[in-house]
Amino acid sequence: MKENQIHQLYFDNVDRPVRSINRRNFIKKLGGGLIIVFSLSSFAFKSRSEDDHDKRSDEELDLNAYLRIKEDGTVDCYTGKIEMGQGVITSLAQVLAEELEIPMNTINMVMGDTELCPYDAGTWGSLTTRFFDPLLRAAAAEAKAELLKLASIQLQCAESELMNKDGFIVSKTDAKRKVSYAELTKGQKIVKTISAPPKLKKAEDFKTIGKPIISTDAIKKVTGQAVYTSDIQLPGMLYAYLKRPPAHGAGLKSLDVSRAQSIPGVTIINEDGLVAALHNDPLIAEEAMVKMKAEWDIPEAKADTISIFEHILQTADSSRTTEEKGNVAAGLQEAENIVEANYLDGYKAHASIETHAATAKFEGDKLVMWASTQTPFGTREAVADALNIPLEKVHIKQIFIGGGFGGKIYNQQAIECAKLARLTGKPVQVAWSRQEEFMYDWFRPAAVVKVKAGVQNNGRLSAWNFDIYCAGPRGTQDFYNIPNVKTQVFNGKNVHPFATGAWRAPGNNTTTFARESHIDVVADSLGMDPLEFRLLNIEDPKIRKTLQLAKETFGYTAAKTGANRGCGIAIGADAGTIVVLVAEVEVNPETGVVRPLRMVCAQDMGQVVNPHGAIVQTEGGLTMGLGYALYEDIEFTGGAVETQNFDTYDIAKFAVTPPIECVFVDDMNAPPQGGGEPAIITVGGAIANAVYHACGARVNQMPITPQRILEALA
Amino acid sequence: MEQISFSLNNKTVKVEANPNDILLWVLRTKLGLTGTKYGCGIGFCGSCTILVDGEAMRSCGMAVSEVAGRQVTTIEGLAIGDKLHPVQESFVMHDAQQCGYCTPGMIMNAVGLLNNNPNPSREEIIEGMNENLCRCGSYRRITDAVESAAKQMNGGSNK
Repeated sequence: MKENQIHQLYFDNVDRPVRSINRRNFIKKLGGGLIIVFSLSSFAFKSRSEDDHDKRSDEELDLNAYLRIKEDGTVDCYTGKIEMGQGVITSLAQVLAEELEIPMNTINMVMGDTELCPYDAGTWGSLTTRFFDPLLRAAAAEAKAELLKLASIQLQCAESELMNKDGFIVSKTDAKRKVSYAELTKGQKIVKTISAPPKLKKAEDFKTIGKPIISTDAIKKVTGQAVYTSDIQLPGMLYAYLKRPPAHGAGLKSLDVSRAQSIPGVTIINEDGLVAALHNDPLIAEEAMVKMKAEWDIPEAKADTISIFEHILQTADSSRTTEEKGNVAAGLQEAENIVEANYLDGYKAHASIETHAATAKFEGDKLVMWASTQTPFGTREAVADALNIPLEKVHIKQIFIGGGFGGKIYNQQAIECAKLARLTGKPVQVAWSRQEEFMYDWFRPAAVVKVKAGVQNNGRLSAWNFDIYCAGPRGTQDFYNIPNVKTQVFNGKNVHPFATGAWRAPGNNTTTFARESHIDVVADSLGMDPLEFRLLNIEDPKIRKTLQLAKETFGYTAAKTGANRGCGIAIGADAGTIVVLVAEVEVNPETGVVRPLRMVCAQDMGQVVNPHGAIVQTEGGLTMGLGYALYEDIEFTGGAVETQNFDTYDIAKFAVTPPIECVFVDDMNAPPQGGGEPAIITVGGAIANAVYHACGARVNQMPITPQRILEALA
Repeated sequence: MEQISFSLNNKTVKVEANPNDILLWVLRTKLGLTGTKYGCGIGFCGSCTILVDGEAMRSCGMAVSEVAGRQVTTIEGLAIGDKLHPVQESFVMHDAQQCGYCTPGMIMNAVGLLNNNPNPSREEIIEGMNENLCRCGSYRRITDAVESAAKQMNGGSNK
C-alpha cells in the first residue's frame, strides 16, 4: 500500500485496494491436515451492528486467514494481523478454542508472516476483533462440522449421536467411543472454504469466550525471551547508523567522510540519498556516523509550535462536508443562544518504547526481513518497490512488536535496511535512536476545530456547525439529536512541516475533545448540569444506557466535587464502540498543576470476547490519554523537530495515573466491536471539563498545561 | 580494548571491550543478552534497567568498566530454571505487560526497589517506579504486581 493511501484510509476511510492472494500456493506449503480457508470478501458474513459508526463496506475488507488442524492434533491459525501489545494473540486463540472445543494450549497463532499468512492490509482501526472474530468462529464451526462427519464414518455412528469435546469427538451415550482430532486428520489433506454461514455457539454455551484469560505470551515477556526486531543478531551482521539532516526538507550541501572512513572495519555508504556508517559493533558504527561531517541547506521555516494553528487556518485549501442535516444557518438564526469557540491540539508523537527497527539479510536473491511493523504486507510491497524486485522476493517474518499505536504503519527503516543490505551484501540492522524516532515519526497532526452551537433556553441543542481543520471526521457523526448539523473537514497539502499520520483512534482524540468541551461550555452557559444536559439531548438508547452506567458507577451527583476538585464527562464513539468517561481531578490554583484522582469508563463494545483483555486495553488507552491531554506536545521550528527525547516529551507516568474503573454494557449476543482505540478518545474532553469544574479554568488547547490553566484563571 | 571481568547472572564473564563502551550495548551485542532493551539512551525511560550488586541501574548510561568485579543481573538471570522470580510471576498473574518491551526494565527496577525496601507502601512503589516509562499504559497493573510480589516475598500470599 502506498503511503498516501494509508494516510487517506486513516482519515477518510476511503477505498482500500483489494489484493488477491494465491491460495493454491499457500495451501501447497501448508502440508497435511484439515484446512479451512476463509475470506470476508468471498462470503458476506454480517459482522457489525446496524448502526456502526464506521462506513466501511464488506467488500473493502479483505481479511483472509487459514485454520489448519494438524496431524498431531494441534491447531495453527494463520493471520496477517500482528501482535503489538493489544492482546489479539490471546483473544483470537480464545475464540478458536471456544468454537472448536479444544484447549487453548494446543493453538499456535502464526501472525504477520508474509509467506505463511494470507494478505492483510494492516493491524489498525480496532478491526481485528470486530471483523476477524466472527470469521474465525465461522471457520472453526466449519472445521468442527467436518470433523464430525469424518468421525461419524470412523466410529460408524450417526453425527447426531456425537459431540466435540476437548479435541475429541465423543459419543453422547458411550464416553469410551471417541476419536481425537489428530487421528481424524492424520494422513489427510482436506481443504474447505466456508460456503454458508455455519451454526455458531450461543453466548449461554460459551466456556472460553467471556472468561478472563491471562495473555498467552506473558511468560516470554517477563523473562526477556520475547524477541523483538533489534534483538535479532545474524552472523556477519552490520549495525547501520544513518546521518540525519537537522530538519525535514534539508538538502545535503557537502559531506566529508574521511575521519569516519579511517576507523577500521567501518563501511560507509553514500548513495541514493542514504548516508550511513556500518560496523559489526554498533558503538563503532555510531561513532563513525558522528564523525561524518555534513553541511545542510535548511529551508525557511513556515511555522513553529506557536504559529502552527494560524498557519493551518490560512493554508488549509480543500474542504468537504462529511455530515449535513437540516439547515445549520437557519438553525443558528433561530437559536435563542449561540456559543462559539475554537479548540486547538498540538502535534503528538506515538512514542512507542521500541523504536522503529528492521533486520534483514539476502538469501540468494531473496530478502528475508524482520521489522517492527503494523503492516507486514505493506512493508513487503514498499521494500520490493524500493529495491525494484518482485514481491515474492521479499519475505517479512513474524516478530514481537514493542507498541505501535498507528506509528508503525509507516516503515522508512525497513526500506533503509533493505537498501543497505543490498549495497553492502551483508545482513544489516537499522534500529532507530530515540532522536530518529522523534524526527521521523508520522505525528498525530496539529489541528483546529471551530465550533458554533445554537441552543434553546430549555436546553435543547438546535444547531451545530463543526469545522475540523486537519483532524478528519472519524467519530464525529452527531449523536446529540441536533436538528441542524453541518460538519466540514478542511485540509491542505502543505500544511504540516513534517509527516503526519494515524495515532490511536485517528482524529477522534482531537474532535471528541472539541465536541465534549463545547457541550460542557454550552451547558454551563445555561447554568445546567453537564450530565443532565447530555441526557436531555441524547435519544440513542445505547448511549443513554452507557452514560447511566458511567453515572452510577462513578456515583455522580455534581460536577464540582470539592475544593479545587471537579469531575468531567466526555462521550465518544469509535470503531463501533460507545465510550463514556468520567474523570475527577484536583487542580492546584497556585501552580496550575493537575492531579488526576479517578477515572470511570463505561463502554458498549457489544460482545466482550476477553473481558480481562478489554479492561487492560481500556486502562492502557486511558493512561496513554492522560499524556496527550496534559503533557505531550512536539516543539518545532519549521522542519526542525526540537523535541528529541523523553527529557522534553512527557508521557503519563506512574505517579499521575489514578485508580481506573472499567465497566461494560453486557451484550454477549451482539457482535464484538473495537477495543484497542475507543477509550482514549474521551480523555482530553473529560480532563478539560474536570479542570474547569475544579478551578474554573476553561482551557481550549491541548495539552492542558499548568501555564494554560493559570492564564485561563488570570 | 581491554579484558573486563564481572559476574553476569551468577557466572563470571570476561569481555574484550573499550572501558568506556556503554554497558547496555556490551550486554546486548558482545554478550548476546538482548532482554535488556534500548529505549532512549539518556536514562529517561528505564527500559535498560539492570541490577548491579542488587541495585537497579540504567545500563544505557554506564561504562562497562564501572561493573568490573561487580555482580550484574539482567532479566535473563532472574528466574532459576523454570522457576520464575516472584516479581516475574506476579507480572504474569496481573497481566502487567502489554507489548512487553518495557517489561524487563520494569521488573529489574521493581526487584531493585524490593531489595532496598522489602515492604514498601503503595506510594513508595509508585515513587520508586515513576521514572520507568510504559507507553501501553500498564502502570496500575505493574503497581499491583509489585505490591503483591512484595507481600508474597514477605511470606504473604500472592493474590
